Amino acid sequence: MHLITARVQLSPNVTRLDVSVPRIADIRQPGQFVIVRRANGAERIPLTIADADPINGTITLVIQAVGKSTRELVALAPGDAIQDISGPLGHPTEMITAGRAVCVGGGVGTAVVHPIAQGLHQRGVDVTSIIGGRSQEWVIFEQELRRLGRVVVCTDDGSYGRKGFVTDATREVLEAGGVDIVYAVGPVPMMRAVADLTRPYGVHTIVSLNPVMVDGTGMCGGCRVDVGGQTKFACVEGPEFDGHLVDFDLLAERLGTYREFEQQAATTCEAGSCRRAAEHAPQPPAI
Amino acid sequence: MKIARQAMPEQDATQRSGNFTEVNLGFTEQMALLEAQRCIQCKEPKCVQGCPVMVNIPRFLQFIVEGDLPGAARSLFGDNALPAVTGRVCPQETQCEVQCVRGLKAKPVAIGYLERFVADWARAHQGVVTLEAAAPTGKKVAIVGGGPAGLTAAGELVKRGHEVTIYEALHKPGGVLVYGIPEFRLPKQIVEEEVARLVQAGVKIENNVVIGRTYTLPELRAQFDAVFIANGAGLPVFMNVPGENLKGVYSANEYLTRVNLMEAYELGSDTPIMRARRVAVVGGGNVAMDAVRTAKRLGAERAILVYRRSRAEMPARVEEIHHADAEGVDFENLVAPLAIIGNATKWVTGLKCQRMELGEPDASGRRSPVAIAGSEFVLECDAVVVAIGTRANPLLTATCPDLKLNRWGNIEVTDNGMTSIPGIFAGGDIVRGAATVILAMGDGKRSAQAIDAYLRGGF
Repeated sequence: MHLITARVQLSPNVTRLDVSVPRIADIRQPGQFVIVRRANGAERIPLTIADADPINGTITLVIQAVGKSTRELVALAPGDAIQDISGPLGHPTEMITAGRAVCVGGGVGTAVVHPIAQGLHQRGVDVTSIIGGRSQEWVIFEQELRRLGRVVVCTDDGSYGRKGFVTDATREVLEAGGVDIVYAVGPVPMMRAVADLTRPYGVHTIVSLNPVMVDGTGMCGGCRVDVGGQTKFACVEGPEFDGHLVDFDLLAERLGTYREFEQQAATTCEAGSCRRAAEHAPQPPAI
Repeated sequence: MKIARQAMPEQDATQRSGNFTEVNLGFTEQMALLEAQRCIQCKEPKCVQGCPVMVNIPRFLQFIVEGDLPGAARSLFGDNALPAVTGRVCPQETQCEVQCVRGLKAKPVAIGYLERFVADWARAHQGVVTLEAAAPTGKKVAIVGGGPAGLTAAGELVKRGHEVTIYEALHKPGGVLVYGIPEFRLPKQIVEEEVARLVQAGVKIENNVVIGRTYTLPELRAQFDAVFIANGAGLPVFMNVPGENLKGVYSANEYLTRVNLMEAYELGSDTPIMRARRVAVVGGGNVAMDAVRTAKRLGAERAILVYRRSRAEMPARVEEIHHADAEGVDFENLVAPLAIIGNATKWVTGLKCQRMELGEPDASGRRSPVAIAGSEFVLECDAVVVAIGTRANPLLTATCPDLKLNRWGNIEVTDNGMTSIPGIFAGGDIVRGAATVILAMGDGKRSAQAIDAYLRGGF
């Protein structure tokens, strides 16, 4: 059991949980994730480690409530516990050790970009973070990232920072030149857009993928993604890959495998009863 | 006196194809007594030679004949740590029973069914068989992986007084016994009881620890007097045909893990599983049988087994093939997949296949399939489960370059099970490649004996 030591609501649907896992807090590196299983009967879900405090033995998980499992996780309070956490999993981020990096974070992906920016900053790399959200209340991790370098905040409605998408700001930075590497984490369309932007500039771009996963150790193969025409298991060969080689269409489609199931589960959950009947399982379209 | 081999009572095929409760119901005491009497108590029993863990079969059968079930249980458990498991999942027909002299003129003694009977009797009579730890030796052994090899080794080591800690990557120990083999063949309750026995005897189990990630192998070696690696052959092999990343394509590992470990077959589990109308399972081994029978139970109108050779060459146990047949599984034998076909939203709609015929025997001695030109056809289905094998997972071995591997990534060991690093032993699928529960248990037992000798300086 892993005790929750702090809970902060970061945006209307994004919550930060600090959880006691001393071993992982001690050895985790940027880019790595954990598999979390809240309690018996709950799903195993992958979550990137957003930060860690080795002295207090805690890791920071930033969770967007989208389905039943994530809603139940964000409903936990300090003093509650998570039953199973395994990790740290996946390869650490491939870091440059000098030069200039741009870290682009969209929505909850900003939390995943944070440890990368941290690692780069520690290595003496010049970091510019470009982060965004629908409006001011959706912008997260701004203060944490400001400690590591410049931050450009973009909101869709212009309620905070500059109006527009993170891609607009990224384009300007690329135009200005001098960018050695770009890290992009966020919704699939955002990562695809950033990769498309950087390609003509020849700037190496790393994206962090979060496909459907069960065990996180390479056993199930559910997390397979296509990178440069080759099938990779994101859990053991990723989760970060060359954004110019990732088949984002396939990733987006595969992420939707259980959409119907998730929505029904969430609806049932909202209705106050989390019981789910067999007919709620996803039905593929008729042939 | 001539007694016919007793048949295993089983749940009605139509009924069971819609539920996940166990298919085989087990012998009654009367049936067990009759069956045990069929053993002629050979002076040099060949059946024992056929058993990877060398169970003294005639001895425990004689106890049954004498009506001494506690004696039978103590005899059996002394040789085999997990008889309730092996009595259900061992391929007895190619191990002990194939050696039985009764089989020369009639059917061999139903050793597997009797093993299961005695093990279940002991489960119902708690306290008859106990696992007792010997006086502490002060030596500490780490076991990587809580599957059949690891659990067996743990029992053997704790019996010899060593302090044992099992590191399990998943949230529950049992390995393939809990994530792979379905409830209808091996109830999870049995594995839980076996694990509880080990814990009671003092074995420590640390779940959610991935050796290779949470700790490296050298870190583990530094903290323990010996290490036994039994982390299995976890990486699923795909067919490498077009369309394999479509939605609705699963590895057997994923399909079975969702259903078994994550209990997706039960209402109230949060883990989703696709309930497809037509499921094509590719492969001919026990895992393929488990997957296709699971698909049937999840409500598939058609659960189809696609295998490129004929039924005679299937590596699956004959009993499993018969059970699948009776439950209404469709067999597409001599059929090889060429591609998986999908629709605009990337869902599977079919499996493009080719008919095969048998040619010359290959290296395995089985006649190899040869494609029949112009025989391509599309098998309509909305899910495809790939059950063509697994290979070594490099997660652990990658963190320890000193560990000698073979060309397939399996760990190389000496006759006593020791790896290229002194004090580190290995067994089960990570050494053999995908094999059986009982072979892994045999490795666990032998490695535990070797580790014991090593710790006592007998190497």
